[in-house]
Amino acid sequence: MPPSAALPPALRASLQARPGPAAVTEEAATLAPTLAEVFAVTAADAAVTGFVLARLTAQAAQEARGGASGGHPEPRPETRPEARPILWVQDRLSRREAGVPCLAGLGTTRLLLVEARQPRAALWAMEEGLGCGALAGVVGEIWGDPAVLDFTATKRLALRAEAQGVPAWLIRRAATPALSAARERWRVAALPAEADPDDLRAPGAPLWRAELFRARWRRPGAWVARPVSGGLVMEHGTDAGAAQTAAPQAARA
Amino acid sequence: MSAEDKLPVLAFARPARPAASATPPPAAAPQRQRRAALPADLARAIAALQGALEAELCRPRAQPDLPARASSDEAEEDSFSPVGEPRARPGMPRPHAITRRGEDEDKDPLARRLTAIHLPRFAIERWLRLAERQGEAVSDEAPLALAVEGPHGPVIHDMTRAAAQAGVVHGARVVDMRALCPGLRVEFADPGAERAALARLMLWARRWCPWSAVDGMAGGAAGLMLDTTGSDHLWGGEAGMLREIEARLATLGLGARLACAPTQGAAWALARLSGPRAVCGAAELPAQVAPLPVRALRLGPDTVLLLQRLGLKTVGDLAAVPRISLARRFSRAAPAENPLMRLDQMMGRLAEPLASPDDPPRFAVEARLAEPVQDPGAWLPGLCEELCAALAAAGFGARRLTLTVYRSDGEVSSLGVATARPSRDPAHLRRLFDDRLERIEPGFGFDLITLDAPVAEDMSAVQRRLDGGVDAEADLARLIDRLSARLGAGAVRRPAPGLSHIPERREGWQPALAGGTTLPPTPAPPGRPLRLFSPPEEVRVVYAVPEGPPAQFIWRRVTHRVARFAGPERIAPEWWADRPGTRLRDYWRIEDEAGRRFWIYREGVLGDGRGDVPRWFVHGAFA
Repeated sequence: MPPSAALPPALRASLQARPGPAAVTEEAATLAPTLAEVFAVTAADAAVTGFVLARLTAQAAQEARGGASGGHPEPRPETRPEARPILWVQDRLSRREAGVPCLAGLGTTRLLLVEARQPRAALWAMEEGLGCGALAGVVGEIWGDPAVLDFTATKRLALRAEAQGVPAWLIRRAATPALSAARERWRVAALPAEADPDDLRAPGAPLWRAELFRARWRRPGAWVARPVSGGLVMEHGTDAGAAQTAAPQAARA
Repeated sequence: MSAEDKLPVLAFARPARPAASATPPPAAAPQRQRRAALPADLARAIAALQGALEAELCRPRAQPDLPARASSDEAEEDSFSPVGEPRARPGMPRPHAITRRGEDEDKDPLARRLTAIHLPRFAIERWLRLAERQGEAVSDEAPLALAVEGPHGPVIHDMTRAAAQAGVVHGARVVDMRALCPGLRVEFADPGAERAALARLMLWARRWCPWSAVDGMAGGAAGLMLDTTGSDHLWGGEAGMLREIEARLATLGLGARLACAPTQGAAWALARLSGPRAVCGAAELPAQVAPLPVRALRLGPDTVLLLQRLGLKTVGDLAAVPRISLARRFSRAAPAENPLMRLDQMMGRLAEPLASPDDPPRFAVEARLAEPVQDPGAWLPGLCEELCAALAAAGFGARRLTLTVYRSDGEVSSLGVATARPSRDPAHLRRLFDDRLERIEPGFGFDLITLDAPVAEDMSAVQRRLDGGVDAEADLARLIDRLSARLGAGAVRRPAPGLSHIPERREGWQPALAGGTTLPPTPAPPGRPLRLFSPPEEVRVVYAVPEGPPAQFIWRRVTHRVARFAGPERIAPEWWADRPGTRLRDYWRIEDEAGRRFWIYREGVLGDGRGDVPRWFVHGAFA
């Protein structure tokens, strides 16, 4: 089986249309729309939310670049990825324990919020959303390990996401990473923030520890991730240690 | 221009109204003379006008252009005419006579036939019928009255026959009537529902004629006005039609008084003040309305009282008074209170068209089944397609759909779904009922299924994109429909930021199905979290100084040590919206030793006079 056979059809088509170096392939593979699962190390903080939003921004930017090379120099305003809403599905426990997305903190991101009572309804809403091409992404928050979230359910989500070309993210809190068909499985925790250049006692730009512990098209690894405008920068451990050591010094200073 | 169109020239010794702008203002004495002479002038003018009109009417119609038209008709009689009147055959009467008579009828203001329906006990009859339907039937022989709120306590709106016999009257105060009739039972009326019921009855009455209108509600009585011109022959004449209307309304439990007359005013008066099912032709109109009292002219009580004081008790009396006198006496009255105008409307001298509201478009399809079935799923695609074809033919799209099944044991159950945008896509509308059909209680089966669109909106067919791609907005609207149909309309929401600086009030969400455009959000202040806990969760805080930053806090039984902080950001309560005594908030962005960032606030400051020691809350979490 050639390696490209495992790629999703949309990605394969884009690779065939764009012959390029291996680096491009690597970047395209990391940002291809598919189902990814993120496990929160601590349930109540918003590191996972920030990580998922940054990844969705990066995926939308990559799709916009791909669309621009496809012949239309300027996409129409309503078809631009950032003008499309994100379908954000929460089950009842996630809403109560981890709060709801805050509009003031989201900036220009458009949301369509769905409150499901049970995980089953949340998964159904995600599947419906993945059938709609007018979304920039589908994010589902499922608390714990419900029985309905099994291999079959994740496989359905992954196939639908790849067929429609809409990225799907499953945020898991208080959950154990059991059998799943998610193409990428992340574990994200908050790291002490960068120093604020204006206020030494204040936290600055956020940093996260992002660990990819299972992936289908790339090597697992651990990074220090930080959001930049229009995406996410992931660096290997050296800066993370520096940031970690710098922060307490700054606090003491 | 024919000679008919010219106004008759009146011979006046002096102009009745001199042009004030052209001539200089005359001296005071001549003006007084002129004012004194004015009625005599006017009377002469009226007499001259009447004489001229009579002369005009008596003269045979012989226009100079008419023979020319007739000859041209004759000339092209054999030529082909694709549209228009059927051509005359030799031996048939000339079409001229017919058209001329038709024109005359069009011009004749007394050619129409108006039917007034007076429902004198509409409110109480409707109430009794509703009570009977709810299983607690009340007899008309029990003293019961309906009341509405008046300026000084409840007043009587309508009452049963027994209460009326006991002396209860319309408009009297309920306490007075209780003294008169101690056993009186008083219920509150619902005038809004009565108006709605009357509007439905008005549409229902279009079974007899195409035009109908509500003719006002006064107290417990109600009226309808039908234009039954040319539709009475379906029931064998007007008497038969009135009998049919009366019988049909009786099956609804409504007692009605009816009259048929050439004008609205005459029909109104005869229905209320004449015998049952009065039919009045154009010729006998003056004779029939002459003995009626002056309140038959649809005048207010003040005007009726004034006319009675003037000695004008009947319509005949009023008609005998010279018009000029009436016009002068009531020159300042409102049009609806002007007896002369009302008299003209009744006699057909003044046009009064019937303002018949449009029938709301109704889209409904049904499937009648030979045998009772338990599952409507097999019939739903066909019904959807049929309904969508009807919607497409009318250029409408459905916003609400109701599926109703009529069970064989007499029960009815229904399901409703809604759409975010008008839609007439059969596949989409059918999918909205997916997984909901099992909520219908089939009982022992049903034999009639109806699918109707109670709310439909104008929807023109447009092509949004030329490249053949899917319309993103329509796709999104369909997704919202499906999610809302399954999870409930309140569970699918889109942002609608509020205009407030209190964080939780700025977070507004509205049902996505509601549609409409959301306001562009006001720019959010910097330093806002990504997640918000609602409601904020109280924490126990250790701090160095009461107004300073927290040093450590316990939240959800976990101790967090504060490593870094930023703040405070003070957010004052909104005095125009908050209760008195609401305390201000000091917000801090803090980071604990594990790197988790939270938004916590202290409610109030120590010694602000608005409570005890301030409490602390966690309100949000940062990325």
